[in-house]
Amino acid sequence: MSATTLAPRLHGIRHRRITVLLALLAAVVVAVVLSVTIGSKPVPLGDAWHALTAPTGTENDLVIRSLRLPRTVLGVLAGIALGVAGALMQGHTRNPLADPGLLGVTQGAAFAMVSSIILLGVSNLLVYIWFGLAGALVASVAVFALGMAGGRGGPTPVTLALAGTAVSALLAALTSAVVLLDEQAMDVFRFWQAGSISARGADVVWQVAPFILAGLVLAMVNAPGLNALSLGEDVARSLGQNIMWTRTIGVAAVTLLSGAAVAACGSLAFIGLIVPHLARPLSGPDHRWLLPYSGLIGAGLLLLADVIGRVVAPPGELEVGVVLALMGAPFFVALVRRRKPVRL
Amino acid sequence: MRLQAAAVKLGYGDNVIVDGLDLGIEAGTVTTIIGPNGCGKSTLLRALGRLLKPQGGEVLLDGKRIDRIPTREVAKILGVLPQAPVAPEGLTVADLVGRGRHPHQTWYRQWSSDDEGAVAAALAMTGLADLAERPLDELSGGQRQRAWISMALAQGTDLLLLDEPTTFLDLAHQVEVLELVRHLHQEAGRTVVMVLHDLNLAARYADRLVAMRAGRVIASGTPHEVLTEELLREVFELDAKVIPDPVAGTPLVVPIGRPHHAHSAASASEIS
Repeated sequence: MSATTLAPRLHGIRHRRITVLLALLAAVVVAVVLSVTIGSKPVPLGDAWHALTAPTGTENDLVIRSLRLPRTVLGVLAGIALGVAGALMQGHTRNPLADPGLLGVTQGAAFAMVSSIILLGVSNLLVYIWFGLAGALVASVAVFALGMAGGRGGPTPVTLALAGTAVSALLAALTSAVVLLDEQAMDVFRFWQAGSISARGADVVWQVAPFILAGLVLAMVNAPGLNALSLGEDVARSLGQNIMWTRTIGVAAVTLLSGAAVAACGSLAFIGLIVPHLARPLSGPDHRWLLPYSGLIGAGLLLLADVIGRVVAPPGELEVGVVLALMGAPFFVALVRRRKPVRL
Repeated sequence: MRLQAAAVKLGYGDNVIVDGLDLGIEAGTVTTIIGPNGCGKSTLLRALGRLLKPQGGEVLLDGKRIDRIPTREVAKILGVLPQAPVAPEGLTVADLVGRGRHPHQTWYRQWSSDDEGAVAAALAMTGLADLAERPLDELSGGQRQRAWISMALAQGTDLLLLDEPTTFLDLAHQVEVLELVRHLHQEAGRTVVMVLHDLNLAARYADRLVAMRAGRVIASGTPHEVLTEELLREVFELDAKVIPDPVAGTPLVVPIGRPHHAHSAASASEIS
């Protein structure tokens, strides 16, 4: 078999991957439309378009522009962030059950938020979120530093997982202790812990978007290095990849992505864990495709779960985090039962 | 001298495995390192491939200290295939071989016609072009090892270090892989350093043998010079006859294995 017959086949694979990417993009657009139009007050598609392109201050315009749209955009951002972060995390730890929370970001954000309420008397959502973000960053840096102390030449998947578990457990215990002392902190924490993208407003979107965008850039820069690393550290080194550098970029990307998403929306369990398992059969083990696929699937899934939460229990709403957990758990069981867990 | 270890001290933490070892690899040769388990041969190979930083001494690639050359530049000159490498599930042969192009790519320029040509050529040379789209998990052990070697070939280096490329393979597949190595050497002029356990295959497929014991080089030279009955006793504590290989004329090691020998001699005399 010569090069002349091989090349078209390699191109065929590439075309198929681009087609899948476009299909996922279309699915996210559909989810966005659903998210903007469906709710306790259904808005016809025409009115939604009217609100987006030429608002005149009708009731529907207000609903769309001040409530639905920020919620949808936040859902897209958080879904992309958590999907990509999950895929990065599973790639770096070679562990199919890893999720972005493994770096301690969730517990770090929670602890910083409740502490800011109790110690500084913070009562503004935008300010909590800053604290949440800072807490996520600090926790993740601590986990990375601890993980590094255990291994030669950079943290290994095992030392990272151990350090992450230890730091998370400590922070969770501290958070429990803090919320027991203060009722207001308890209320904020309970709401945050359920995970939600509602009632956040456009300000929150602008607050976390830069972090998520920076995280996405780092993630895509990290993809080729992660591909090399998935062949084992020795092969990666032999291919000229600097292991320490690759891990650092990866951890920075996961921290920015999941830290921003978690600070804004609370702990959205399962997105980071499940999404890479949905993306992998479509992309194969190439992170240059796995990461974008995971981002798009994450956005679609989060919006869908949010829409379901709005219609499933009228007149109230179910938090998206609860819907995700209810949807995700059986789904994950089915995934594990259907095929043996992947080896990464 | 393409690759040289000068007074290297190698180990992991306090556990020093090799101390003060010198070794030179000449261009265009196939050198095979032999020695008992734990003698430091894989450790030495890892150091030659800059996967392990020496605690003392230095490794020179084309006369320059290998740790002072940017690792990506080294990756264009020297390829290392570690023992029993792992691949993520579902990775196809073409994808694996494509990853060998890593040192030639940047994050903004991922895939070029050069890459495509190198992958196709590597697959053709290892006879795997027909299996390009098959997942690695579905291949036989020998095919899988050839796929890994293809990846190292696609890397486009003229120096190749292979750590036990025949581990876990049956004899037919071992020969298949070593024939490929010989082909790379003879047709493509590559310099190869490998670690092998099978002494007879080592003798047949290497230009030079390096025999190690307890972190030291005991002998090096042509297979005829190195594989002697005295050396086998010194290095492996093995009593063996060395006879000419009836096919290639290279030394052939036939272990004596005393207890079994005595037993079979006794039973043979009983029968007669």
